[in-house]
Amino acid sequence: MNPSYNETVLDTGAVADVLKRMAREIVEFAGGTDELVLVGIQRRGSDLAERLSRLIADQAGAQVPLGVMDITLYRDDLQTVGPRPVVGETRLPQQLDHKWVMIVDDVLYTGRTIRAAMDQLADFGRPARIGLAVLVDRGGRELPIQADIVGAHVDVPTGERVDVLVTELDGRDAVELVDGGKT
Amino acid sequence: MRPTLLKGGRLIDPSQDHDDVADLLIVDGKVEGSGKDITPPDGAEVIDASGKVVAPGLVDIHVHLREPGREEAETVATGAQAAAAGGFTSVCAMPNTDPVTDNQAAVGFIVKQAAAARAARVYPIGAISVGQKGEQLAEFGEMVHAGAVAVSDDGHPVESSHLMRTALEYALSFGIPVTEHCEDPVLAKTGVMHAGVVATRLGLRGIPSAAEDIMVARNVLLGELTGGHIHLCHISTQRSVELIRWGKERGVNVTAEATPHHFALTHEACDDYDTNAKMNPPLRAQSDVEAVREGLKDGTLDAVATDHAPHHYEAKDRDFDDAPFGVIGLETALGLGLTELVDRGYLSLPELIHRMSTRPANIFHLPAGTLRRGAPADVVVFDPEVRWTVDPTSFLSKSRNTPFAGWELAGRVERTLVGGEVVFSV
Amino acid sequence: MVPSLGKDLLGLEHLTPEQIRLILDTAEPFKEVSERPIKKVPTLRGKTIVNLFFEASTRTRISFEFAEKRLSADTVNVAAQGSSVQKGESLVDTAQNLEAMRIDMVVVRHPSSGAAKFLGDRIRSNVINGGDGMHEHPTQALLDMLSIRDRVGHIDGLKVCICGDVAHSRVARSNIWGLTKLGAEVAVCGPQSLIPGAIEELGVTVFRRIEEAIEWADVLNVLRLQLERMKAGYIPSIREYYRVFGVTLERVERAPRDLVILHPGPMNRGVEIDSRVADGPHSVILHQVTNGVAVRMAVLYLLAGGQPELAEAAKGSDRGGAV
Repeated sequence: MNPSYNETVLDTGAVADVLKRMAREIVEFAGGTDELVLVGIQRRGSDLAERLSRLIADQAGAQVPLGVMDITLYRDDLQTVGPRPVVGETRLPQQLDHKWVMIVDDVLYTGRTIRAAMDQLADFGRPARIGLAVLVDRGGRELPIQADIVGAHVDVPTGERVDVLVTELDGRDAVELVDGGKT
Repeated sequence: MRPTLLKGGRLIDPSQDHDDVADLLIVDGKVEGSGKDITPPDGAEVIDASGKVVAPGLVDIHVHLREPGREEAETVATGAQAAAAGGFTSVCAMPNTDPVTDNQAAVGFIVKQAAAARAARVYPIGAISVGQKGEQLAEFGEMVHAGAVAVSDDGHPVESSHLMRTALEYALSFGIPVTEHCEDPVLAKTGVMHAGVVATRLGLRGIPSAAEDIMVARNVLLGELTGGHIHLCHISTQRSVELIRWGKERGVNVTAEATPHHFALTHEACDDYDTNAKMNPPLRAQSDVEAVREGLKDGTLDAVATDHAPHHYEAKDRDFDDAPFGVIGLETALGLGLTELVDRGYLSLPELIHRMSTRPANIFHLPAGTLRRGAPADVVVFDPEVRWTVDPTSFLSKSRNTPFAGWELAGRVERTLVGGEVVFSV
Repeated sequence: MVPSLGKDLLGLEHLTPEQIRLILDTAEPFKEVSERPIKKVPTLRGKTIVNLFFEASTRTRISFEFAEKRLSADTVNVAAQGSSVQKGESLVDTAQNLEAMRIDMVVVRHPSSGAAKFLGDRIRSNVINGGDGMHEHPTQALLDMLSIRDRVGHIDGLKVCICGDVAHSRVARSNIWGLTKLGAEVAVCGPQSLIPGAIEELGVTVFRRIEEAIEWADVLNVLRLQLERMKAGYIPSIREYYRVFGVTLERVERAPRDLVILHPGPMNRGVEIDSRVADGPHSVILHQVTNGVAVRMAVLYLLAGGQPELAEAAKGSDRGGAV
């Protein structure tokens, strides 16, 4: 158990329920699965995107194309981040023009990651529509960016931060508040 | 000039086999005598030398003083002062100046500059060939008459065996040594450091040991052929030492010298492309360093000589390929001799003094290297125990190109006297 | 924790295996950038990079230039000249001028060994060694290793033989360091006059005949033979060199294993290597060129690092990576 753990916002069961709801909302938002493409942001966003893709396949019976993006090279804070973060894989479906691209990420906070993601997508093509689905929206925006589909709104007290855990990387699914973060 | 009494020092004079605590009395610029508890004459200056070594002033038979032509790096005056600071009372200046010291007027110029310096004595070495071009013999007789004590084309080897032979034969008429920088120029061409694993790692062209060995062999054999006195400069390889030993065993009149950097450093010093470790002949492998030390011990290598080669800092502040060869050595030689040879057990202290004073004076027939009665009072007083750190910015030489910056050495000159006059004191 | 590379990339001799692997691994995502329709990422936007080439070189310079531009940096090419007498002054002066112009990074190629370090010691900009004399050419060796890894899957345990004028080759030296650090066995093959002294002390085997090398090796890295070597008396003739040491189709086909063939380029077809080998299935030569841009992008990216102190302040971000 993480000694700085304070509270579980969503336990494993709750996360599963939320994801199912999000999958439905994504398809509804996109007006169907025909032009829908899911793009997850490394690292946990890509795991969540994969889950959503499977849920959509269960619910709507359609296999939606899935991509992953590492936005490191587009970050606006590369000069301050220190020892270069390892750059993960970027793999996107060939054709993005005219598509409905749903960016999937675990936590939406300042909005800078999404800004970088949109810049990166622009270098790959011109989707008809870009949407954003996040598991947690914790507020605290520094840019005018909003999510179209939100799993849970979470208030994060000062001195704490919200962690999203996924089975693929952390062994279990959960959304927790822990000590640490910007003061 | 007042008489001077150096009292209570360890008086080491290899020329008289003397190594004992004794006083040294100097009158009118000459050694008046030595012994226990000498009564100072009236008006004498008494200097307490207890705990110090008192020895004949050191003699460096191989220095480059750069004047005329490269006065930004050193002059006769600054070189003579640097020598005095290093405990040297006599040095021999190589002729690869600009213009080359290959005639009586040029030799006379050096003598005049030396006298004006009023520091260590400077004896000119004349060129073997006009312009050091290796073609035509220079006028040995005229140069000796003007004050030259030897001839050399140092800086270059004498490529032509015929010219070297002729030089050795001709020099017999004047009783002077012919000194040579042993290097097969074609084999060594474009090389900038010793040819070994360090050169391979650094990607620098190497000078194989054989380049020196080949010429050492040639010169020893020419010495045998002519009966002349061949003196070999800055010996750096194991084979060279072996060849010289072979020659001496056969009665060839061959003498040789080695530099402090060749008994203190290996080619590892070139790591990081330090141009202060670039000289010719280059620093070699550990086995070569051992051979040089053994050679100084058993007398195969007669003398320590610094090959003091000043260069302005801008000249050395270049990539390794481009930087000129050469390092200075006058102000670190004694310290290195004490630290690397005596403290390591290769030579005793009297043996070191012999190699740095008495023997070089002998080979070059200089009135130095001795403190017997009547000899010029050329004396060095040094403390063999004190430890000091080499700081090139405090050198009296104009140049700073030493590989020993930051080294901790044992032994430091306190006082140097030339003709009874103090030319350096700490 | 990402192992930092320091200010400069001067060679592979003093890098750790971890650092070398970091560069190779970082090159992977950059390979993908070169496959995109828009071959650009904004990562080094606003950075000024000077390609300071004291030796003519088209391939390496172009490769670096693509790498720099694909990272959105501003590039300036300087083809510096100077007679050998002036070379030394040029380097010191050049260093000071670059410093005064506040250049961010310099890629330098120079005919003297140690020139890159000379520059790196004197200026604050990042210095990348694009080849210094006979000393090192680190990005070439890195792209060579990446190409081997792509084809074979790993480097450790492989037998790699570098063939040709090893004595004068900075590519050979960098390869020796890089490959041995990643666990390969390295050999060299060529006429003895072109093999560097004491090379065995670096843990390298020497083969005097190409047949022996081919019998032993999994990978051959074939170096270009320069005409000057014949003129300088190291070998009697180009024709003889080809007959005795040439990597010919017959020799490659007789190899006991499926050889992988590399060449740093430009090739002397019919001298050190047969066209049919260079263009054949064993060759990864063109692949090396592609990897070259990716490796150089990775190096530029890793060196243009940030300020670690500010990283601590930025570390308040949530574990999900949202910033």
